[in-house]
Amino acid sequence: MNLRSLIWKELRQRPTPMMTSLIAVTLGVTALVAIQNITVFSEQAIAQKMENLGANVLVLPQSVSLQDYYAADMHGQTMPEANVTQLALARLPGVQNLAPKLCVSASVDSIPITLTGILPKSEFQTKSSWQGLALLSNSVGSDRGCCETTGADVSNDNDPASLATTRTIQQLGKDEVIIGSDLAAQLGTKSGDQLELFGEEFQVLAVLPATGTIDDGRMFAHLHSVQRLSDSGPVVNVIEIMGCCEDAAGSLISDLSSLLPETKVITIAQVVETQVAVNSLMSRMSWVFFSILLLVGGASIASVMYANVAERRREIGTLMALGATPGYVTRLFLGKATILGVCGGVGGFIVGTILAAILGPQLLGVAVQPMPVLLGVGLVTASIVSIAASYLPARRASGLDPCLCFSES
Amino acid sequence: MIPIPSLFPLCSPVQNPKYEFKIRNTNLETWKVKTMYQLEDVTKTYERRGQTVTALANSTLSLAEGEFVALVGPSGSGKTTLLSMLGGMLAPTSGRILLGEDSLYDLSVADRTRLRLERLGFVFQSFNLIPWLSAVENVQVPLSLAGKSAAEQRERACDLLDRVGLSDRLEHRPSELSQGQQQRVALARTLANDPKIILADEPTGNLDPASREVAMDYLSGFNAEGRTIVMVTHDEFAAGYATRTLRLVNGVVSDETHAAKAA
Repeated sequence: MNLRSLIWKELRQRPTPMMTSLIAVTLGVTALVAIQNITVFSEQAIAQKMENLGANVLVLPQSVSLQDYYAADMHGQTMPEANVTQLALARLPGVQNLAPKLCVSASVDSIPITLTGILPKSEFQTKSSWQGLALLSNSVGSDRGCCETTGADVSNDNDPASLATTRTIQQLGKDEVIIGSDLAAQLGTKSGDQLELFGEEFQVLAVLPATGTIDDGRMFAHLHSVQRLSDSGPVVNVIEIMGCCEDAAGSLISDLSSLLPETKVITIAQVVETQVAVNSLMSRMSWVFFSILLLVGGASIASVMYANVAERRREIGTLMALGATPGYVTRLFLGKATILGVCGGVGGFIVGTILAAILGPQLLGVAVQPMPVLLGVGLVTASIVSIAASYLPARRASGLDPCLCFSES
Repeated sequence: MIPIPSLFPLCSPVQNPKYEFKIRNTNLETWKVKTMYQLEDVTKTYERRGQTVTALANSTLSLAEGEFVALVGPSGSGKTTLLSMLGGMLAPTSGRILLGEDSLYDLSVADRTRLRLERLGFVFQSFNLIPWLSAVENVQVPLSLAGKSAAEQRERACDLLDRVGLSDRLEHRPSELSQGQQQRVALARTLANDPKIILADEPTGNLDPASREVAMDYLSGFNAEGRTIVMVTHDEFAAGYATRTLRLVNGVVSDETHAAKAA
């Protein structure tokens, strides 16, 4: 028998009064952990995106607003493919690659899929040769304005799987398709297989490695094949421009806006700024929810502790008569508060992490991992709130008249 | 009568502690007895709703070591107030209370608390067991407060409960024991730290006649070991175990034992 066992036994005997307080504290920590976890990993994903795509610029139809870079072609609006030719022939400084896309809905074996038409680089080289520019190494731009920091690595464009990383491909036949990893698993197809699209046979040129983006669920075919099969005409949803570095991307905007005045030109930074703003708001709101719920929990703990002191008056008087000091009685109640705080902190961390793991992919498309630092934050703050809320009730208990032990029940 | 195992094999030659001691006498000419408590002009008053209530009025008395004192009197006469003051839990409004050499209320709260832990034991009318602790855990509480190790606590608690005949009810909670058994657990708890003084507040108030006799026989046995007992009681039967009776009426203490002897 010691102070700790005395506290545990009393808690186990009378758990119900403390449950509501514990739930409030746990909820507060849960909210903080879940939201902070998601926002931190979302920020990391954005940073990674910026690192990979920071030099990229998107040319979109005027009226389109964009939330996800990788779904830039899924808005349903179109612009003339002639814009692509204009861009290619303009040979703007800092442009490394062009990737026009057209996205349509299709089905394979009655399974609905997203079919994306892309234009291989060989097409641009053909255009350039028509213009007498075949001797130039870059068929779509120039390296004027490029800096040491580079954008996407385009050195391996000959590999069809490079589409996953460089977002361009050197060669793609008009009866060939490339499939994302998730879609390939769903269809049960692999490189070299045949499949039917819009009533025509296509060969699977490659299955892309997993990228963690929606491209994993797409099928890619030649842009002109997609235009023909979908009867959409010579249009595209988006033109993705791979710049040589972020600095060049910034200066490209004015050149592109002048060249294509009827389009919207945005950088990756602009694409992600909404998400960055959302993350910032979520982060701030998580602290607000955390504070409110902890205050509620603290008030609940204080109320329950006062009631507990009143309920145990004679018991406390007896303990004092038996030789318990006021400090011992204070520690009895503050020890109980500490246990509540620790349980609330740990429980909130576990529930919050699980919640983040479930909601992160669904809400923001990010995978999250447990963040040990949030355990420390939750544990410390929940314990401090619990102890602070219990301080006055504990002082009241320690100041009780020991003569209460002589009172009749 | 319920047989009680011999608790006190090394106690005084007086075999039946129920009867009056022949040798104890506060006549200092024949026997020098050490004073346990000395009250010097002690008064205790309360202010209640603008009125002054006198619980104890100018009391001067001595309680000798080893005495078994019964405090009797009508309800509200100040018995529990006096007991609380003897227990170091209620300071007098005026006067001094000496426990041995120490002025009780010149000690700090911490010192008085330690004194209760080391030298005093309490017996309560409602037993005051902690309901969510077992019998053995209740007896361990004062041992825990005294800083004994877990093993020491367990051993001593089991030994004490065995002596009060409850070795087969160690893990039972108070709600699973009869009132007589609960009071025996309380008596075992009282002895946990081997107190020299036992303060009992109506120890038989909630007991049936058989349990009452058992409880009083235990208390009498404790007294036979040399412990000083001060017992508040309304029970004539319980008061009969005492060697000295103090009557409180309207806060005034009179020694009935001395009055009876004088008569």
